[in-house]
Amino acid sequence: MEVNVEARRILAVSISKLYASRTQRGGLRLHRSLLLSMVMRSARDIYHSSRETEGQTSEEPMETSSKEGCDSEITEDKENMSPTKQSRKRRGKASAAPDFLPSKRARLEPGEERYAAPMGSWRFDPPPTHIAHQGADLHQRSRDRGITGTMVQALRSI
Amino acid sequence: MSSNILPPTFADIISTVEFNHTGELLATGDKGGRVVIFQQEIENKNLPQFRSEYNVYSTFQSHEPEFDYLKSLEIEEKINKIRWLPQKNAAQFLLSTNDKTIKLWKISERDKRPEGYNLKEEDGRYKDPNTITSLRVPVLIPMDLMVEASPRRVFANAHTYHINSISVNSDDETYLSADDLRINLWHLEITDRSFNIVDIKPANMEELTEVITAAEFHPHQCNTFVYSSSKGTLRLCDMRASALCDKHSKLFEEPEDPSNRSFFSEIISSISDVKFSHNGRYMMTRDYLSVKIWDLNMENRPVETYQVHEYLRSKLCSLYENDCIFDKFECCWNGNDSVVMTGSYNNFFRMFDRGQRRDVTLEASRENSKPMQVLKPRKVCAGGKRKKDEISVDSLDFNKKILHTAWHPQDNIIAVATTNNLYIFQDKVN
Repeated sequence: MEVNVEARRILAVSISKLYASRTQRGGLRLHRSLLLSMVMRSARDIYHSSRETEGQTSEEPMETSSKEGCDSEITEDKENMSPTKQSRKRRGKASAAPDFLPSKRARLEPGEERYAAPMGSWRFDPPPTHIAHQGADLHQRSRDRGITGTMVQALRSI
Repeated sequence: MSSNILPPTFADIISTVEFNHTGELLATGDKGGRVVIFQQEIENKNLPQFRSEYNVYSTFQSHEPEFDYLKSLEIEEKINKIRWLPQKNAAQFLLSTNDKTIKLWKISERDKRPEGYNLKEEDGRYKDPNTITSLRVPVLIPMDLMVEASPRRVFANAHTYHINSISVNSDDETYLSADDLRINLWHLEITDRSFNIVDIKPANMEELTEVITAAEFHPHQCNTFVYSSSKGTLRLCDMRASALCDKHSKLFEEPEDPSNRSFFSEIISSISDVKFSHNGRYMMTRDYLSVKIWDLNMENRPVETYQVHEYLRSKLCSLYENDCIFDKFECCWNGNDSVVMTGSYNNFFRMFDRGQRRDVTLEASRENSKPMQVLKPRKVCAGGKRKKDEISVDSLDFNKKILHTAWHPQDNIIAVATTNNLYIFQDKVN
């Protein structure tokens, strides 16, 4: 579980570094961006594998079956377990940034219950499928590509 | 080692340091695009108590900031590397590069000026022809030494990515320049074209897994060069094998120790510098925590590994957060390849004596470096009880880093650059 928390923290730090490097003088540094993406990939893989381990011990809400996902024993990440959250994912091509990014606009979707995340915690919405990038078209990406594939697409524009 | 410190005449951050082939000249480049050249005072060199002094010889603005309008990107003027050409005549030549453009500079001395023109006054005004009644030959008279730097060649528009290395070939005619994905071969006389000799750009950039981090020509074999990667590998290439050297002749790689695996394994295995030994038999690489010596005849592991600051291995997460883990340290050999040197944090630098299996940590700071003062070895306490005079890891100053060091090609004189000061140390003479 500690590894999980560490992985999330590293992911958040990495993404903020990536965003900061865009405004650096001299432009995006390919080497640095590549190293950042590798750290992010490691952190993401560890986070996912630890989530899967957790999921095996409880009802996994990400399964597409319609049964209720919430195991009463799992109290943390309650929002991630809620079925309503699942229905909010993959809403077509709407530019929805992963929740741990600093959001650029209000994202309160009508008709859904949503409670404010406590300060300091990151709501991690696996899989993070796309990051808004300067208005470019967003594609649904496979789970394996995730952050790394999208980040390298940003690099390709160099 | 005794020292003399040069006064901080430049405020900008030093980005490269390089002795010329005789060691008489020392060039530094900084973030502001300036090059400052120091010259060794050699008058008393043969005296037994000779102490080197390096004084400012020439200062010039090598690169200016530029703007790439197509990509809306500013091109930094920071000098990434300086490399001297071997001296062929009275003038000195060096190559300096920023992220995109390499320039060849000629540095020449002028210590005489002509006097006694027939048609001109001394101040340059033309004489009235009617007043000229005699003819004379102008003579050269001594004047105060003036050092002039003039750009002789500009090698531009050949690199899409950021240039990290330049290296002059032993043939004295060509040189290479390397960016993140490509290496180009230039002729020193020809600026409008270069040959691409290595290209590791994948067809699909999403498949990018490694970049080129440094490249260097072999000191004697003009067909051989090496380049290092962000994955910790070294590739030796032979230009006789084919025009495009994407296929290496030799691949030097050490298998990763699985017990050391962490989130940051890839970052710390990235090679930040590669240098051939003077005799051409070995290569030295610097990654974040260590220096490795490779024998050109053994590809599967280095022959020697030296830990620079192993106590940082448990701090990698903090070093990632404060960006220090991305610092690119350089390394250098001494003249006879018996000692190697590299920098660290807290203005420490490390020397490893290969033959005697000894290493020492020294500090470059004003407090510890009065002229003629012998440097005291330093020690970092990795854990447990801190002894007197030891410094604990937590009190190291990570803003004070020594990234650039250089060793005189023949003598035991070293140049060590802290953030914006240059220190020159030499072996104690009795």
